[in-house]
Amino acid sequence: MGHTRFRNDPGLTARMGLVGFLLVALYLGVVAALIAYGLPTVFVVVIAVGVGWGQWYFSDTVAMKAMRAREVTPEQAPELHGVVDRLCALADMPKPRVAVADTDIPNAFATGRSPSHAVVCVTTGLLRRLDADEVEGVLGHELAHVAHRDVSVMTVASTLGVLAGLIMRWGLYFGGGGRDRNNAAVFLAVWVASIAVYLISFLLTRALSRYRELSADRAAAYLTGRPSSLASALTKISGDMARIPTRDLRQAEPVSAFLFAPALNKQSLTALFSSHPSLDQRLAQLAKVSGDLGRQV
Amino acid sequence: MGLFDSLLGRSRPAKADLDALFGITQAAFTLEAAIGLRPTGVGAVCYRANEGAAFATAEADLQQLLDADGGPAVETSHDSYGFTSLVCRQPADALSDLVTELHAVNQTLENNGFGPSLLCSVVGFVAPDGRQVGVVYLYKRGTFYPFAPVPGAERRDNAMELQVRGAVGTDLRIEPELHRWLALWGTPALA
Repeated sequence: MGHTRFRNDPGLTARMGLVGFLLVALYLGVVAALIAYGLPTVFVVVIAVGVGWGQWYFSDTVAMKAMRAREVTPEQAPELHGVVDRLCALADMPKPRVAVADTDIPNAFATGRSPSHAVVCVTTGLLRRLDADEVEGVLGHELAHVAHRDVSVMTVASTLGVLAGLIMRWGLYFGGGGRDRNNAAVFLAVWVASIAVYLISFLLTRALSRYRELSADRAAAYLTGRPSSLASALTKISGDMARIPTRDLRQAEPVSAFLFAPALNKQSLTALFSSHPSLDQRLAQLAKVSGDLGRQV
Repeated sequence: MGLFDSLLGRSRPAKADLDALFGITQAAFTLEAAIGLRPTGVGAVCYRANEGAAFATAEADLQQLLDADGGPAVETSHDSYGFTSLVCRQPADALSDLVTELHAVNQTLENNGFGPSLLCSVVGFVAPDGRQVGVVYLYKRGTFYPFAPVPGAERRDNAMELQVRGAVGTDLRIEPELHRWLALWGTPALA
């Protein structure tokens, strides 16, 4: 077999692996600490795992309902199905169901617990604003999420985080309360510890999500062979998104007064909490793939 | 693609299987004997043109390579999905030349690192009553399927397609999943 132009990004894989490892380590650490403390944590674990399982199992139904998306047949949306058909034939993956959400906000998502239960959904706003090549880039990105099983990975990751926080809170509270007389101090300690655990796991989950978005961009770029179309789609989408404010007007300004600001750059703080990488970062990666595809051998 | 790769978010582009395409010369005898389908001598390779200079160079090389034999010039056509079809023409009785030519296209693209961009190739056949049937080869699956459009409408002659499947099922690996039998409306291989 001949070579292909596909290049792995070992750095990206390593960062993703590290974050995933830290999440599991955090969870195991909390569990181990509490078991050493002598607590029945099984009850909590069962409930939290149950909720996570439900989220995962019904992810397609829930997400479709939330976005008011409806599944479309090849007769109703022949172009959309044609694009998905061809991309799936190129990638050799089973074809997911295709859905359209009737909203003007340009967006797309993929959901479903496994590749055979997957749905890819685009909004009518996206179809209106992007041209055929750009829509194809976006669909390639969503198909990559399906192939990477991102719904499963992210559900497990966020459930682990929630579990760690919950166990910490319950465990310390009940465990500490029994032996210690000083209730106020214990309460404070539990409160601080559980918030810290939750914050750490939240940041780790968000970091994992950003890496997986970059992976999906990369896979889509190689699949369609046109990284620049995906890049231009991203620019259009985020430009439109930026014009629609997401923050509630009432909480917009006063909050920043509480950030201990001067030392922390506001942008880097936003980046740390965000589920998607910055547009610049995504465009830079796509430009690099474009360079790799265009290089003469 | 392994589960591990997918969990690490590094799905690789699927590789194309080029060699199974040659099986079509054998199948052509069966098709003619069983249901009277004869090759038209027209075939097409459908691929995804990548952006960038490297792909443009590869395409130019292809044109040169195919036009060097002094036969009719190869044509390219673009469809609305952003895929390119390269049409090869040979005399109707020279099917093995046609398949060799199609294979050369695949090989050139793959040597330049664009194997994953190959979608399918179509070899044209015609029934005694003039109906056109394409035998489509899916590179990523290494399987074949028939595509018989009804002239003048976006409908497929499923009866004819199933008849073809029945006839060549032993010569070719037919794609077992019917939903992967992609329709190729307006493919230049079936004019």
